[in-house]
Amino acid sequence: MIEVKGLVKTYGTKRAVDGVSFTVRRGDILGFLGPNGAGKSTTMKMITGYLRPDAGSALVDGTDVAADPVAVKRKLGYLPENAPAYPEMTVAEFLGFIAEVRGFSGSEARRAHVARAARLTHLEPVLGQAIETLSKGYKQRVGFAQALLHDPAALVLDEPTDGLDPNQKNEVRSLIRSMAVEKAVILSTHILEEVEAICTRVIIISRGRVVVDETPAALQARKPGARLDEIFRSLTQSE
Amino acid sequence: MIKPLFKREFLGYFRSPVAYVFLVAFLVISVSLALSRFGGFFEANSASLERYFIFYPWLFLFLVPAVGMRLWSEERRSGTIELLFTLPVTTLEAVVAKFLAAWAFVVLAIALSFPLVITVAYLGSPDWGVMASSYLGAVLMAGAYLGVCSLTSSLTRNQVVSFVVGVVVCAALLFLGLSGFTHFLEGFLPVWIADAVANFSFITHFEPLLKGIVDPKDIVFFLSVIGSALLLNVIALER
Repeated sequence: MIEVKGLVKTYGTKRAVDGVSFTVRRGDILGFLGPNGAGKSTTMKMITGYLRPDAGSALVDGTDVAADPVAVKRKLGYLPENAPAYPEMTVAEFLGFIAEVRGFSGSEARRAHVARAARLTHLEPVLGQAIETLSKGYKQRVGFAQALLHDPAALVLDEPTDGLDPNQKNEVRSLIRSMAVEKAVILSTHILEEVEAICTRVIIISRGRVVVDETPAALQARKPGARLDEIFRSLTQSE
Repeated sequence: MIKPLFKREFLGYFRSPVAYVFLVAFLVISVSLALSRFGGFFEANSASLERYFIFYPWLFLFLVPAVGMRLWSEERRSGTIELLFTLPVTTLEAVVAKFLAAWAFVVLAIALSFPLVITVAYLGSPDWGVMASSYLGAVLMAGAYLGVCSLTSSLTRNQVVSFVVGVVVCAALLFLGLSGFTHFLEGFLPVWIADAVANFSFITHFEPLLKGIVDPKDIVFFLSVIGSALLLNVIALER
């Protein structure tokens, strides 16, 4: 579903992403791990067509982002870091706007899609509220609703559980798990337990390079008995 | 895809007090300038709005950057630019939609001066052709100012910087055409160069329209300022 080949991005003299390659199939939940500044967000931004790679390519459902960014954006759902949204709009207005941009121009289709997204993310109680008045947890869910509104085949989620309380984290995880059956999902996180809880595959990236690409079980098997964060530390600090 | 973006942006002005403050300020300042002793609206004793429109280039110098400054700076600051450019829209569509929304808003402000039209129609018999070409000139000049401000807004995430740079660039485009400045240039440059420089000024192309002279070259001038500013805007956003 998502195929990434040798992505490179350089900021000034710093190489933020240095030849990252991987593939994600339908049904996969790929956990993207790495220290801050390792290049996780930059990689995601290149897959979603927000940044242009300096080299390499990203294909979503066979379409190259560089060749036809709009087609790729149509197929993807993307939750950017911190779930940006227009603060002065209400949740219903905002999701209605997203639905319209996503091409649901009839008011019936628009309402149905907004209602479905709001139901999945439990946003019904705050539909009429301005986004700037919402708590962090609700804002995150608005970002989520926006990403899955058009029922995309591939989801890219940048730190979906960041800033949520434990209950909300659990809820978001079960939501991701329930959706992943027929979708390809990439999510980035710092939280290692999250990877154990929901991911079917783990990629650890450090200084712009992929250092691990395996199942959580295989990662655990590298050092039987050790905690995941010890393994993570030894992998990302050894260089 | 322009329509939903246009709608969101245009209605966005009215979701905060900004729109109302702007509309009231614009009307109060423009009308009181016309009625003041500098304007001499009644003293002129003629049924025309020339004494009203004569201040527009100066008024726009500060008020149009106030409308345009947020166009892109706000999206950059709040991070919604990442959301916008991972939706299935091209940069050109987004630039045009946002520009048209801001333009429509300024046109609304200009249109709200209609009580003055009623006043002169009641007091005398105005030349409707001159009136129409004055309004046309005001709308086109507003568009040109706004194109410049949309461009400067895309260069920074800081609205204050965006405003100041917008005012400075617009001021340059205004002062080029002042007769004092043209005479100054003629002092040491050949007349044709001084004329060519004056040709880049908003005033040079606004004044004929104020007098009722609809010359295609003035209209082409304003439209090409808009066109080239928006083109540079697209380039600035695509980096």
